[in-house]
Amino acid sequence: MPTIRQLKRRITSVKNTQKITNALQLVAASKMRRAQDRALQAEPYSSKLRSVLAGLASTVGSSQGERIHPLLASRPVRNIAVLHITPDRGLCGGLNSNLNRSAGTFVAAQHEPVSVVAVGKKGRDFFVRAHVHVTAEFTELGDYPSAADTLAIGRVLVEDYVNGTIDRAYISYPELVSTAVQRPVIRQLLPIETPTAEEQSAPTGMSAQYIFEPSPEEVLARLLPRYIEMQIYEAVLQNAASFQSAQMVAMKNATDNAGEITRELTLTYNKARQEQITKELLDIVGGAAALED
Amino acid sequence: MPLTVEIVTAERVVSTELGVDILIAPGSEGMLGILPKHAPLMTTLKPGELVFRRGSEEESFAISGGFLEVRQDQVTILADQAEAAGEIDVERAEAARARAEERVRRAREQGVSDVDMARAAAALQRSLVRLRVAERRRPRSGAAGGRPRPIGQ
Repeated sequence: MPTIRQLKRRITSVKNTQKITNALQLVAASKMRRAQDRALQAEPYSSKLRSVLAGLASTVGSSQGERIHPLLASRPVRNIAVLHITPDRGLCGGLNSNLNRSAGTFVAAQHEPVSVVAVGKKGRDFFVRAHVHVTAEFTELGDYPSAADTLAIGRVLVEDYVNGTIDRAYISYPELVSTAVQRPVIRQLLPIETPTAEEQSAPTGMSAQYIFEPSPEEVLARLLPRYIEMQIYEAVLQNAASFQSAQMVAMKNATDNAGEITRELTLTYNKARQEQITKELLDIVGGAAALED
Repeated sequence: MPLTVEIVTAERVVSTELGVDILIAPGSEGMLGILPKHAPLMTTLKPGELVFRRGSEEESFAISGGFLEVRQDQVTILADQAEAAGEIDVERAEAARARAEERVRRAREQGVSDVDMARAAAALQRSLVRLRVAERRRPRSGAAGGRPRPIGQ
């Protein structure tokens, strides 16, 4: 049984922690709104780019496409790269460990040697600890990364792919399903698998009548690097929004828990105090009775 | 029916323009004017100025390259970067131009790789486009259509 003084100290400490988690929850909530908003604003560009690419790919034809652009050419796989996107910070529940577990399992399952390009400190630290070769790292992109911030990431991968250092690249990032749910996703990034016409909402089969300037092949060649950049930018935005959402939920739970603990401790404290008062009263009454005798 | 033009970048929808009579865009093969009932077109754009006309009204944007798609009087511009003429901060654009010029000069002196040279040159071109677009919007004394005055003199 802790003493009254110990209980009181404990309550103060829990309340102080609660103040911090509550503040963090509020900050995350407001940043979350902005981060989710940015993730949404990238949507029109990406869906448009996808539908244009799908139309072009069907015009040019896949067999021809491999000859036209190195990013479409698939080779026998000897080396694999994984672009692992995670938050920089913790205090966001299971988000980081889920992401690292998912990517770690994936890397372990590959038969070919794997190198990692890490975005975010948590993923970088994980793979450094696991002794996986980290070829490049991008950290401190901030709460609201801009498209320009993410360009260099794509450049690293594209250069390695074109000069043959890697033969396939995957991207691993958290997909923001809802504020409460973030799902780790791993997709192939390179060689580019062109979106098929079924996926696009626009009427299909009309790309054949398009006028292309300078030529379908050249438009495609300009479009493909943008497609890679766009996918990475989207993933980075999803990551930022996922982090804020996960942190907000985690901090809300922590704040609620702190409230619960405070309630229980206060109850114990009051009981102990009451007991002490009763004991003192008994002493006084007992003392007075002894005098009367 | 007039054109509907949408300018989209990776970060946001920059602008949606309704009722445009003619759109003039810097295509990679040369300037092109898009009128209503244009055939379906897909082209790459180079850094330059994008101009809309509605009657006698004119509006312009600086873009730094991208793609343009025309489909049934619906024009979509997937720009790498886009700024409305009114949004351009002339001082910042001028500073960017000076920086870019310096980079090109240094690249030339030190004989760096073609890629770096191309990047520096592209940055310079983008900054010049921004300045030109901003300059057009500013009411100028003197003959209309004259050469833009150098800024900062």
